[in-house]
Amino acid sequence: MPHDVIIVGAGPAGLAAACRLHRSGITDVVVLDREQWPGGVPRHCGHRTFGIREFGRPLTGPQYAERMIRRAQSVDIRTGVSVTKLQPDGHVTITSQQGVEQIAARRVLLTTGARETPRAPRMVSGTRPSGVLTTGSLQQMVYLAGMRPFDRPVIIGSELVAFSALLTLRHAGIKALAIIEPGSRITARRPCDLVARWLLGIPVLTGARLVAIHGARQVEAVEIEQTGKRETIACDGIVFSGQFVPEAALIQTSHLELDRGTGGPVIDQCWRCSDPTYFAAGNLLHPIETAGVAYREGAAAGASIAASLRGALRLPDRRVRIHVVSPMRYIYPQVIANSAPPPNGLMFNARVEREVRGRLTVRFDDEAVWSRHIHALPERRVRVPAAGLAVTQEGHWEVRLDPG
Amino acid sequence: MFDVAVIGGGVVGCAVAQRFAVGGATTVLLERGSDILSGASKGNSGLLHTGFDAPEGSLELRCMRSGYAEYLALRKELNLPLIETGALVVAWTEADLLKLPGIVATAHRNGISDVHQINARDLSVREPRLSKRALGAVVVPGEHVIDPWSSPLAYAERAHAHGAQIRRQCEVTGGTFTGDRWELETTDQLVIARVVINCAGNYADLVEGINRQPSFAIRPRKGQLVVFDKAAHDLCTAIILPVPTAKSKGVLLARTAYGNLLIGPTAEEQEARNIATTDEAALRALIEFGRSVIPDLEGCFVTAAFAGLRPATQFKDYQIHAQPHRRWITVAGIRSTGLTASLGIAQYVAGLYVENFAPLGDAVAETQTAVPNLAEVNPRPYQQVGHGEIVCHCELVTAGEIEAALTRPLPARDLGGLRRRTRCMMGRCQGFYCQWRVMQLASPYFAENPVRPHAT
Repeated sequence: MPHDVIIVGAGPAGLAAACRLHRSGITDVVVLDREQWPGGVPRHCGHRTFGIREFGRPLTGPQYAERMIRRAQSVDIRTGVSVTKLQPDGHVTITSQQGVEQIAARRVLLTTGARETPRAPRMVSGTRPSGVLTTGSLQQMVYLAGMRPFDRPVIIGSELVAFSALLTLRHAGIKALAIIEPGSRITARRPCDLVARWLLGIPVLTGARLVAIHGARQVEAVEIEQTGKRETIACDGIVFSGQFVPEAALIQTSHLELDRGTGGPVIDQCWRCSDPTYFAAGNLLHPIETAGVAYREGAAAGASIAASLRGALRLPDRRVRIHVVSPMRYIYPQVIANSAPPPNGLMFNARVEREVRGRLTVRFDDEAVWSRHIHALPERRVRVPAAGLAVTQEGHWEVRLDPG
Repeated sequence: MFDVAVIGGGVVGCAVAQRFAVGGATTVLLERGSDILSGASKGNSGLLHTGFDAPEGSLELRCMRSGYAEYLALRKELNLPLIETGALVVAWTEADLLKLPGIVATAHRNGISDVHQINARDLSVREPRLSKRALGAVVVPGEHVIDPWSSPLAYAERAHAHGAQIRRQCEVTGGTFTGDRWELETTDQLVIARVVINCAGNYADLVEGINRQPSFAIRPRKGQLVVFDKAAHDLCTAIILPVPTAKSKGVLLARTAYGNLLIGPTAEEQEARNIATTDEAALRALIEFGRSVIPDLEGCFVTAAFAGLRPATQFKDYQIHAQPHRRWITVAGIRSTGLTASLGIAQYVAGLYVENFAPLGDAVAETQTAVPNLAEVNPRPYQQVGHGEIVCHCELVTAGEIEAALTRPLPARDLGGLRRRTRCMMGRCQGFYCQWRVMQLASPYFAENPVRPHAT
């Protein structure tokens, strides 16, 4: 007998969805997580930046994870279970202590989250010594294993997570030498660099590109280029922060349609994938948002799954793709299905590749349906209202951003 | 006193040590690095070559042919994989196309009789994702993919099981020949052996200097490689080779035993013997080349980018000689074909030894010598009932595999050695999810503990 719902990933999105399904009376829900403990990424973020909206008070990541798990206490959460293959119609291959098995559900929700881009795909020149980590790896070493991997690291990138790395290092008694950001300003919101500079005494080098890594066994230095000048900074570690990508390996090797822009699955406004037995939510869809956003998306996807199991969500007979062109990086949902609920009131989320001031336009074939002047920054949400999208019409829908 | 001291724990040194240990000689393998495969053998493309394009009549061809045959004979006993991909030498230009019949003819003269040419249409049926620019190809059915890390490990463990000593962090710094034996000074203790075999890879000319003025000079040739994630694995079946130029065999695309797709290597001459750096422009050029061969590589995720050094010399052929009066055998200039040829080289070296020094017999193995399987074509522990905790999710490596690698007869003693024995942290996340857990399991076993506890 298939379960009602299998949820892959017991982080904020997966647990929120499970809770919402339970409240809707759907209790045959199994949440699978490949880690030994549920909770997802917040488990290893020790700083107190979680839970304001969900629990009404600031919590550390582990406290937040614990609250989520407590809220989901009636849910069947199975850890140490790895999903190895997704097949049509809700058939899922797993491996656990029972070996490899096939399980099935009427609906499958994918909430596998995102990870940072490590060194190799960044194509950095130089040697390959040890002492090169991502923030996620650093946080787990510090918070879960009590390790001190280095003494004088530099941090590459200035997304919010870079400042999370600073706090993690401070917790371990390590002072970073610098934050190195190739852009002309930090990617995270403004006060972050001031906190780094003035409260923590860490220089934030903007317009600085990492040129090469030096060191035989352990990192010995990084070479950077700033305003045309090369400089070598002696250090013993490198934290590659940010440049999140969805943890979408399962989707890449499945029948589900993948979006080149987000790197995650293509979904419609009801969180449905190209195979309507599959749904997706959270940072798998869009690198990257906070745990709180993932939690809310998970809950919304849970509600949508409940509706579809009740028969209140019809299968679409037309799916209209929304296209984006450079300098837009991605938009999601990527698809509007012509079935209930209508997309009125829905906001599309988009991102840009680089800082752009210009006119954001929704076009249907060659006609501008909606437009607005915006100042968009990388890794910041760009909201596009869906009110103008008449999805019963076939045609080419495009969201574009023209500088000027 | 040992019968034989083998200097260098690369794939050639491991295979040679194994041959002598199996032959009943008391053998010691001396490796300067903290683990075997610390030098040239660390980075290669993991192919088992037929020798179809090797220089006719060369020692290299002879060793490749016999090494290939012995690998096939030995691999089941050692639990080593064989991924029977075949290779295609693809013509991308009219000039390339004109060279294909010559490639077939050379292969036939080299004794590889099943090599044949196909046209563009047949090529497109075999490899539908290959760029439609391809004009034709030579099929080499016998070219295969193997596991470049487990093979030398299996040879070293086989040597160990037959009584050989494997000494790591033991660099040979000098030596004295006393007329009937060598006294080798090392960074560890003095090693006395009746015969020395120099398999020192990128350091072979320096080690040779202990014995005599070397007759060759090592000219390290750097090869950079890019590895794509599992989703790219199925984009081609066969190893995709270019038509070689006078200078280089060129850049190939091949599946790996671990379920990835690899592109490389570059060929860049350099001075340094110990450092192979990656270079952003070269890596991007490799990826660009890959996309020109298989357009669907666009958007595929890169999991690794690395560089290796091949120990080339000024000579095209291998430099393998015995100096009977000095009780010394030189094994040098084993460029890019060492993984294939190593067992054949070991046979050849054993022949030189028997001819010049002493007979070899048969030793009895003390322990079983099968290595854990890392290849996707064979069952892996994560699929078994009761497999325990999966630590590395990208490569599906269990805690049991990591513990085994740390406690086997030739245990991993650093993170690189552990990665090569288990694949842990070798996947797309490069340790984002598992590094902390790997370090937690492994650091008690490491001599140089790379992580210390923090205060809070």
